[in-house]
Amino acid sequence: MQSRAIWPLLALVLILIVAGLISPGFYEIRIVEGRLFGNLIDILYRAVPTALVALGMAVVIGTKGIDLSVGSIIAIVGAVIVWRIKMGDPHVAILFIALGAGILCGMWNGFLVAALGIQPIIATLILMVSGRGVGLLINQLYGGTDPSFESAFLQGLSTGSIWYIPTRLVLAAGIFAALWLLIRRTALGLFIEAVGGNAAASNLAGVNARLIVFFAYVLCGLLAAWAGIIMTADTHTSDPVSVGLYIELDAILAVVIGGGSLAGGRIYLGMTVIGALVIQSLTTATLISGLPPEYNLIIKALVVLTVLFLQSANARRAIHRLVYRRAS
Amino acid sequence: MNRKYLPLAATIVVFIALFLVGGAMYKNFLSTLVLGNILADNAFIIIAAIGATFVILSGGIDLSIGSMIGFVGVCMAVLDRMGWHPLAAAALMICFGIAYGAMQGFVIDFCDIQPFIVTLAGLFLLRGACFMVTLDSVPIRHDFVDLYASARIPLPGRGVLRSSAIVMLASLALAIFIAHFTRFGTNVYAIGGDKESARLMGVNIRRTTVGVYATGGFFSALAGVVYALYTSSGYPLAGSTLELSAIAAVVLGGTLLTGGVGMVAGTLFGGMILGLISTLIIFHGSLNSAWIMISSGVLLFAFIVLHRFLVSSFNLRGTS
Amino acid sequence: MRGITKAFPGVRALDDVDFTLHAGEVHALLGENGAGKSTLIKILTGALERDSGEIRLDGTSVDFQSTGEAQSHGVSTVYQEVNLIPAMSVTKNLALGPSEGWPGVISWRKARARARAKLARLNLDIDIEQPVGSYSVAVQQLVAIAHALDNETSVLVLDEPTASLDAQETATLFDIVRDLKQRGMAVVFITHFLDQVYEISDRISVLRNGGLVGSAMASDVSRKDLISMMIGRELGEVEAAYSGKASPQTGKEKLVAKGVGRRRTLKPFDLTLRAGEVVGLAGLLGSGRTELTKLVFGAIRADSGSLKVNGKEAGSHSPRRSLAAGIAFCPEDRKAEGLVGELSIRENIMLSIQSKQGWLRRLPRGQQEQIAAEMIKALAIATPDAEKPVRQLSGGNQQKVVLARALASRPDILLLDEPTRGIDVGAHAEIITLIRKLCSEGLALLVASSELDEVVAASDRVAVLRDREKIGEIVGGEIRRDNIIRVIAGDDDRQH
Repeated sequence: MQSRAIWPLLALVLILIVAGLISPGFYEIRIVEGRLFGNLIDILYRAVPTALVALGMAVVIGTKGIDLSVGSIIAIVGAVIVWRIKMGDPHVAILFIALGAGILCGMWNGFLVAALGIQPIIATLILMVSGRGVGLLINQLYGGTDPSFESAFLQGLSTGSIWYIPTRLVLAAGIFAALWLLIRRTALGLFIEAVGGNAAASNLAGVNARLIVFFAYVLCGLLAAWAGIIMTADTHTSDPVSVGLYIELDAILAVVIGGGSLAGGRIYLGMTVIGALVIQSLTTATLISGLPPEYNLIIKALVVLTVLFLQSANARRAIHRLVYRRAS
Repeated sequence: MNRKYLPLAATIVVFIALFLVGGAMYKNFLSTLVLGNILADNAFIIIAAIGATFVILSGGIDLSIGSMIGFVGVCMAVLDRMGWHPLAAAALMICFGIAYGAMQGFVIDFCDIQPFIVTLAGLFLLRGACFMVTLDSVPIRHDFVDLYASARIPLPGRGVLRSSAIVMLASLALAIFIAHFTRFGTNVYAIGGDKESARLMGVNIRRTTVGVYATGGFFSALAGVVYALYTSSGYPLAGSTLELSAIAAVVLGGTLLTGGVGMVAGTLFGGMILGLISTLIIFHGSLNSAWIMISSGVLLFAFIVLHRFLVSSFNLRGTS
Repeated sequence: MRGITKAFPGVRALDDVDFTLHAGEVHALLGENGAGKSTLIKILTGALERDSGEIRLDGTSVDFQSTGEAQSHGVSTVYQEVNLIPAMSVTKNLALGPSEGWPGVISWRKARARARAKLARLNLDIDIEQPVGSYSVAVQQLVAIAHALDNETSVLVLDEPTASLDAQETATLFDIVRDLKQRGMAVVFITHFLDQVYEISDRISVLRNGGLVGSAMASDVSRKDLISMMIGRELGEVEAAYSGKASPQTGKEKLVAKGVGRRRTLKPFDLTLRAGEVVGLAGLLGSGRTELTKLVFGAIRADSGSLKVNGKEAGSHSPRRSLAAGIAFCPEDRKAEGLVGELSIRENIMLSIQSKQGWLRRLPRGQQEQIAAEMIKALAIATPDAEKPVRQLSGGNQQKVVLARALASRPDILLLDEPTRGIDVGAHAEIITLIRKLCSEGLALLVASSELDEVVAASDRVAVLRDREKIGEIVGGEIRRDNIIRVIAGDDDRQH
C-alpha cells in the first residue's frame, strides 16, 4: 500500500494546493440551506458518478478485462427510469427496476466474455455502440416527447442532503463500504485477483474462473446503474445520446491513476476513488482558474501520459541513463 | 474459395442484401444516385476506417481518430482565415497526422503501454487542442471549397461521383497497394497474426508499429481534410465518437479485432453498410437514429460471433 | 561456444557450458525439460543475451543482438513451436524477414518464384497461396525450415523438429537434413527421441540442469549410457532420505482408474493409488507423464474409462470436483499453471482451500496467516514473511508454495508433476524427504518425474510410460535404476 499510494495522493494534494493559490477562497466551506457548500465539497459531490463507475471498472480490470459499455448502461438506466415514472410505477420500485436494468446489461457483457470467450474490449463494444440506441428506443415507449420528470424520492437520493452532507456522498460511502466488504471480507477479491493474474493456474487451484469473470461484469453493470440513477435524477431528464459520454474513459483513467494495471490481477478500491478525485479536482481547478473547461482534456491527457511514462520500465531506464550521463 | 475471403464475402452479401431491401421498399432507391450519395456522405468515415484497418490488422486500436478529424478541421478553418490555400493547409495537417501517429506508435512500442490507453490520451489531447485553436464553428471561405463541392464525375444513371468519393476511392487504392504489395503491409499482417513469431522471423517490430500508427494518423488526417472541405467549416466538436463508427466499419468489413486477418477492401463495404443503414432509416422517415445505433450493434454482434466461429473452426490462429 | 553462462531470476539456466559445432555434421543436443537446451540455442541465435562466455563463428568472435542479425551471419533457427504466421499464405511467410529494404514494394511474382525455389530445395510441392495454418504441422515445419534457409546459411538449428511428425514425415525431414549436411552445413538437432538421435547424428551432447554432462561421437555411446546421462543424478542426500519401501499393496484403495485415456493424448490406462503409498511415474520427455496426472486430476477431460475416488464414482471430472473429492495437484509448469505471480505467498497458499470453502466463507485473516506460517515452517520456505509476492521467490521456494497450496487443502490424494524441477540439490532432498513423510501419514501420492533417481528414491511402486502409453509397473525391491531404464529402452534394446 505505502509507496504505491503516495503518487496519486501527492498528485491530488498538488492539484488542490495549486487551486488554492489560484483562488484564495478555494478551501472555504459554508452551510447554505442546511447543506455544506464549497469547492472541496463540490469536488466530492461531482466525483461520485465517475467514482462509482470506476469502482466497477476496477473490479472488471482486476479480472484482466475492460468494460467500454458503462456510458451506454447509464443511458439505458436513465431511459428506464423516465419510462417507468411515466407509466406511474412507485418510485421506490423504479429504483430497483433501474438497478435491475444495469444488472441485465452486465449479464449480457459477462455472457459474451465468460461464456462465448470474446475479447472483453470487443464484447463490450457491442453494447457501447447500441446501448444509447436502446435508450432512445425506451424513450419512444411513452412517446418520447417530454423526457423530463419530477421525483422527490429519486432527486432526494441524488441532490438532497442528510445532516448537512449531500445524500449522494452518504450513499456512495455506503456503497464503497459494501463493495469493500464484498471484495475484501469474502474470498471474492482473492478469486478475482487470482483469475486476473493467472486464469489457468486459478482453474487448476479450483477457482471457477468463468463464473468469477461473469460476476465482475454484473457488478460493474450494477455500479454503473447507480451512477445512472444519480445522474438522471440530477438532470431530471433522460438524454441517452449524451449522458455519461466518455465516462468509461474517465473511469479507466481513474483506475490507472490509482495504480491498477490493465494487465489485471489487482484491485485497489480506495486508490481508484483517489483516482476519480484527481480527475474531478483537475476539472474543478481548471474551471476556477478561468481557463475554458475544455482545456481540462489536455491537462488530463498530459497527466495520464506522465503517469504511464514513469511506470514504463523502458522509459525509466532511458531517463536513468540520461541523468547518469549528465552526472558523470 | 480461400477461407480467408469468407468474412469479406459475408460483408458483401449483407451490403447487397440491404441495398436490395431498400430497392424493394422504396422507388428510386436502387440507383446510382443513392449509391453516389452514400459514397460521398460516408467518405470521411471510410477514409478514417481504412487507417483504422491497418492499426487493427496489426493487433492494435486507435481511439484518437475522431479527435484528429476535429482537430484537422479547426486548423484548416483557422489557416483559411489566415489566408492559406486549403491545399497547403491540408498538406501541413496531413504531415501533422503522420507525425502524431508515429509518435503514438513509438510510445506504444517503447514504453510497452497498451495502444488503448495511449490513443485514449491522444483522444483527449487532440480534442483539447481543438478548443485551444477555436471555440466556435469557423467557416472555410476559399474559392477552392466551391470548386471541390462542384467537381464531380457523372455515373451511368442519374448519379455522380463527388470529390469526397473520388478522394476516398483513391485512398482505398493506395491502402490496398500498401497492404498487399509492400513489405511494410506484409509485416503489418505478420505482427498482427503473431507478434512473437514475427519477431523471431526477423520482422522489425518497432519500425512496423511506428509505421502502422503513422499510417493511421495519415488516413485520419486525410479524413479530417475531406470532412472540413465537405462541410466547408471547422468545428471543435466535429468527429466526436467517430472512432467508434470507424472501428465498427472495420469489423463489419471482415477484419478480426484480434489482428492479422482481414482486408482493406472489406472496410469500404463495412463503411457502406453503416451508410446504407442510416440512409434506409432516413428514407423510412418515421424511424430515428436509435435504430441506426441498434442495428449497427446487432450487425456488430453477428459479425463478431461469426468471426469467433470461423476462427475456432478453421483454426487459423495457433496450430497446436 | 565457450563458457556460456545465463541466469534468470531464481535459476541458473546455463552454467559454464562449452559447445562446439563442425561444418558438415549433425550434432544432437539432448536433455530433459529445463536442462538448458532452449536457453543455449536462444543465446546462439541472438534471441537471448548471455551473461558471460564467448561465441566464435568461423574463428571470429560474434555477438548477435537479434535473430535477424544472427540470420544475416548465416545462423538460422527453426524453433520448437512452429514460428510462422498461420493466417498468412506460404509465399508471404517466406517473404517475411529482415533482409530487404523497407518499406519496399514487393513483386509477388518474384516472391512466388523465390518461394517455389526455396521449397524445391526441400522437395516440397504445395499450393503456396494457401494460408500456412491450413497445412499439416509437418508441412509447416518444412516451410519454417525453408524460411530459415537461404544461400548464406552455414548453421541450422532444429529445435524438436520431429515432435509432431509421423514416421514417414520424419524420414523425409531426415533426407533433407542429410542433404544439407552433404553441402557442408552444420546442423544442431534437438530432440528427445533416442532412435532418431542414432539415426541422424554424428555427435551427441547432453545437458542436465544447466551443465554439460558430456559430448561424444554417436557411435561411441550406448543407448543405456545416454539415458542415464540424461536422467540419472548422483544424490547422496536422496539416498540418505530413502528409508526402505513400505510394504506395498496393503493400504486402502484411494483412487482407482480403469481404462482412463484420451485420444491423441494418452492411451487408456489402469492405475490404483493406495493410502500410504507413493507411486512414481517414469518415462522420457513426451512419454505422457504430465498427461497422466492431468487426466487423473480432471485438468484434461478423459474420453474413455472410469475413475473411482474413495470408492465413489467420479462422474464428470474437473479440477474443482477433484479438489472437493480430496485430490490435490501440483502442476509441472509453475509459472504458467501453478502460481499467480503478483499475489503473495499467503494468498497463493489460500487459493485451493478457499475455493473448497466457497467464496462466502472467507477464512479470517488470522487463520490465513496461521496456515501460511505453518506451511512456511513445515516446508522451510525461505522468505522474510508471507506477504511477499510469489514471483520474487526462487524456483525451489516457488515450488514449495505450490506444494503448500495443495497440502493446505488437506487432500487424501496428492498428484505431483515434476516436484523438483529446476531446484537446487538441498531443496531437492528436502522435498523427497517430505514426500516420504506425507506418505507415512496416510496420503496417497502420485509423483511424475524426469529424474530417475528421484523416482527410485521416493516410490513404492513405479509406473513406466513410453510413447503416450503406460507400458508396465515395477514394484518394491525391483525398483532400481537399471530396471527402469531397461523397461523404457524396451524391446529396442534387444536390437542394439
